[in-house]
Amino acid sequence: MSALLEVRDVTMRFGGLVAVSDLTLAVTPGHAHGIIGPNGAGKTTAFNIITGIYTPTAGEVLFRGGSITGHRPSTIARGGIARTFQNIRLFRDLTVLDNVRIAHDAHARYSWAGAMVQLPSARRAETESIEQCTDLLEKFGLGDAAYERAGDLPYGSQRRLEIARAMALQPSLLLLDEPAAGMNSAETLKLVEFLGWLRDHFSVTMLLIEHHMQLVMTFCDRITVLDFGKTIAEGTADEVRNDPKVIEAYLGQENDHE
Amino acid sequence: MMRWFKQPPPRGVLLALLVAGLAACFAIEQFGLVDNYVRFVLITLGINIILCVSLNLVNGWMGEFSVGHAGFMALGAYLSACVSVKWLGWGNPLWMFPLAVVAGGLLAGAVGFLLGLLSFKTRGDYLAIITLAFLMIVKSGIENIPYVGGPRGFLGIGNHTSLLWTAVWTVLTLWAIRNLVYSRFGRGIVAVREDEIAANAMGVDTRKAKLAAFVVSSFFGGVAGALFAHQLQFINPSVFDIVKSTEILVMVYLGGIGSLGGSILGAAAFTILAQVLQPLGTWRMVILPLILVLLMLFRPRGIMGMREFPWFVPRREFPAKEDKK
Repeated sequence: MSALLEVRDVTMRFGGLVAVSDLTLAVTPGHAHGIIGPNGAGKTTAFNIITGIYTPTAGEVLFRGGSITGHRPSTIARGGIARTFQNIRLFRDLTVLDNVRIAHDAHARYSWAGAMVQLPSARRAETESIEQCTDLLEKFGLGDAAYERAGDLPYGSQRRLEIARAMALQPSLLLLDEPAAGMNSAETLKLVEFLGWLRDHFSVTMLLIEHHMQLVMTFCDRITVLDFGKTIAEGTADEVRNDPKVIEAYLGQENDHE
Repeated sequence: MMRWFKQPPPRGVLLALLVAGLAACFAIEQFGLVDNYVRFVLITLGINIILCVSLNLVNGWMGEFSVGHAGFMALGAYLSACVSVKWLGWGNPLWMFPLAVVAGGLLAGAVGFLLGLLSFKTRGDYLAIITLAFLMIVKSGIENIPYVGGPRGFLGIGNHTSLLWTAVWTVLTLWAIRNLVYSRFGRGIVAVREDEIAANAMGVDTRKAKLAAFVVSSFFGGVAGALFAHQLQFINPSVFDIVKSTEILVMVYLGGIGSLGGSILGAAAFTILAQVLQPLGTWRMVILPLILVLLMLFRPRGIMGMREFPWFVPRREFPAKEDKK
């Protein structure tokens, strides 16, 4: 099967600093693909390149076989790549429902002239958007909080809302940047269950950055290991676990997670 | 946006108020119910509401800081005056005046589009400086065009801004901006303020959102300027300076950012205050900026910041009734 997302020899330089060098990555449709690596290995930079926040210095990003290198982030998002952020970036002052609606709006069609004079088509689109977003929130267990301020939600719900917001884009690829950050083991176990449900229910391909070894090893179909901006290993959990380069660079220091 | 009430208000209240208000304006004009001073203040109030709610779109909902709104006003004022005095002066004010107002708005909107393009690359303080530069360009530009009177000003503009016209334009402005704000474009504009990176990542075309905010805001700024010109019947480039912009800023930040109700409140409070402070003469120039400083320190979001009267919120935005589940 051809890859859904392909990163080809991507290099990203910030002045003298090489954040990512010759990164190559292929994500198979239907897979959950993990990216691991020590702090500063270039994982989040890779996400920012894929989602168009940065344009790579060299190399190419292909999505569904077409190049998206240098496209604007909003274009890439509409094209089917949604993401969450390492430090939650919700629209904190808006309601939970409006957070989801903003992403859902990406597929709305009415014009702004139509909106300003309240054409029936614009009104209908709005009502439908509210219904669909409310349904989506129900699925994520946030139905009761729909009219609350997003910034007032507890931490765990904010994380869930961020994923719900990303799913409102109806993406075929979901990028999760450290979904388990700030969670204890019990919460992480629940998260694994939740991610499994997400994958089955929405049949979405996932690419996730995670520090939590247990989560990555049990949940991901394939794993790419980065160190100093380079791919040092790629394969299934077992292959990666036994790779001497990985043990040296990463797992060697963190055996206690095993 | 946050709401005060979980339940929508009874149907038809706003509509009834609206009809009553317009009827009152018509009656005042027709039968001369109030003296000229009160009429003048009421017209000023309407113009101020238009100025306040339109600037609020950029400064409140989108969270930028434009100080150039008086520049859009000037563009609208001068172009509409050209239309109504020099180009179509022979026409019946009944159709000629709305045409002049729309022309003024369109010119301001077109220039607002250009300013919107500049806002792609620049944000915050730097964009504020650009809007300041824009204001100075407009003012000195007009001063150097003898055709419109240069620094002496534009004389002999017809007294066409009736109370009824002002009311119609005020309602139209509030309605259009309310519709925009509660649409996908309005949410895009608010998303830019909340978190531009996240907005982009969620598929919001932030460039379009910025252009929409600037164009609509400056269009209605121009409309207000046109009404202003035909209220005073004499305009002068020095009227449209940073003081005028500051006045509009005071209204916005007093009433509340990102709020239609707040814009009305702010404009009303300011209009009354300006009349009360009239005897102080030039000291007004000290007091008004002082209010702005105090607001920014103690209540940067204003009285109604980010909140809304339920009458201005479309019914669909309220939580559905329990029995619908």
